[in-house]
Amino acid sequence: MAISYRVEPHLLTVGLERDLDLASARDVRAALDTLLDRYPDRDVRLNLDQVSFLDSTGLGVVLGRYRRLAAAGRTLHLVGVRPAVAAVLTVAGVRQIMAWEPRVASEAREKGVVADGGDELA
Amino acid sequence: MAETNSLSLDLASHPDNVGLARLAVAALAAGAPFGVPDLEEIRVAVSEAVTNAVLHGYGGRRDGRVRVEASLSQDRLQVVVSDQGRGIEDVALARQAAGGDGERLGLGILFMETFMDHVVIESHPGQGTRVVMEKRLPVAALAPDGY
Ligand SMILES: Nc1ncnc2c1ncn2[C@@H]1O[C@H](COP(=O)(O)OP(=O)(O)O)[C@@H](O)[C@H]1O
Ligand SMILES: [Mg+2]
Repeated sequence: MAISYRVEPHLLTVGLERDLDLASARDVRAALDTLLDRYPDRDVRLNLDQVSFLDSTGLGVVLGRYRRLAAAGRTLHLVGVRPAVAAVLTVAGVRQIMAWEPRVASEAREKGVVADGGDELA
Repeated sequence: MAETNSLSLDLASHPDNVGLARLAVAALAAGAPFGVPDLEEIRVAVSEAVTNAVLHGYGGRRDGRVRVEASLSQDRLQVVVSDQGRGIEDVALARQAAGGDGERLGLGILFMETFMDHVVIESHPGQGTRVVMEKRLPVAALAPDGY
């Protein structure tokens, strides 16, 4: 599963590296839930820098994690949102639900949780 | 309207074919002067239609067939996604975006209608569903005399 993460005292940063659609939904959901449970009590930053495609099925996975976290008083924040993904989030009205930041080409690399370690999740 | 290029795919109702369908249709569309955002929107619309065929039409079974036909003409792309699955009882009701079951959002048809210029859904319960979507080329890309 193409997913990497970094753990800090109050923050879990997770980077996804594949298209989020029907083909990947189940695996991505399971991998995210494993991490959210393993590192409780942290807010979560989801880096979509490497996600070039997301449709309503993929959005369902993201919003599903948002609901789980919100129910536990935790927040979910999206970063590295590419224009194609932003278009979907905008039409869905996600702005009213959770914060997200567009991908800025130059800072995309630094932000990459992939680059500064974090174990590959089996 | 003269067709300039086209494709026809006969796919198994397998989740992996959702990506295959959008890749193929976007590649066809890239042969016309669509902008990058247009191509992204086409990918989403195709993904939604094929996902619905797999998930709702065939209830997740992988042995159904999903047909994807796309054709480019001088002024537009037309995409037709059809299945011989369960069909839709009430298309007007299905079009109303409403939270589906579990993590389904009920946004697929809304995305198709937002990202394409024209969407028609024909369905017969027990026989299947046919989604016809069109996206016009940007006006600036069309020849002034319309050939
Ligand atoms: N090809 C299809 N076959 C059967 N039912 C369909 C098909 N496409 C759409 N539907 C019905 O229309 C509803 C709305 O579809 P959509 O807007 O994509 O939302 P979602 O897929 O999240 O439920 C579906 O829940 C389903 O009941
Ligand atoms: Mg759908």
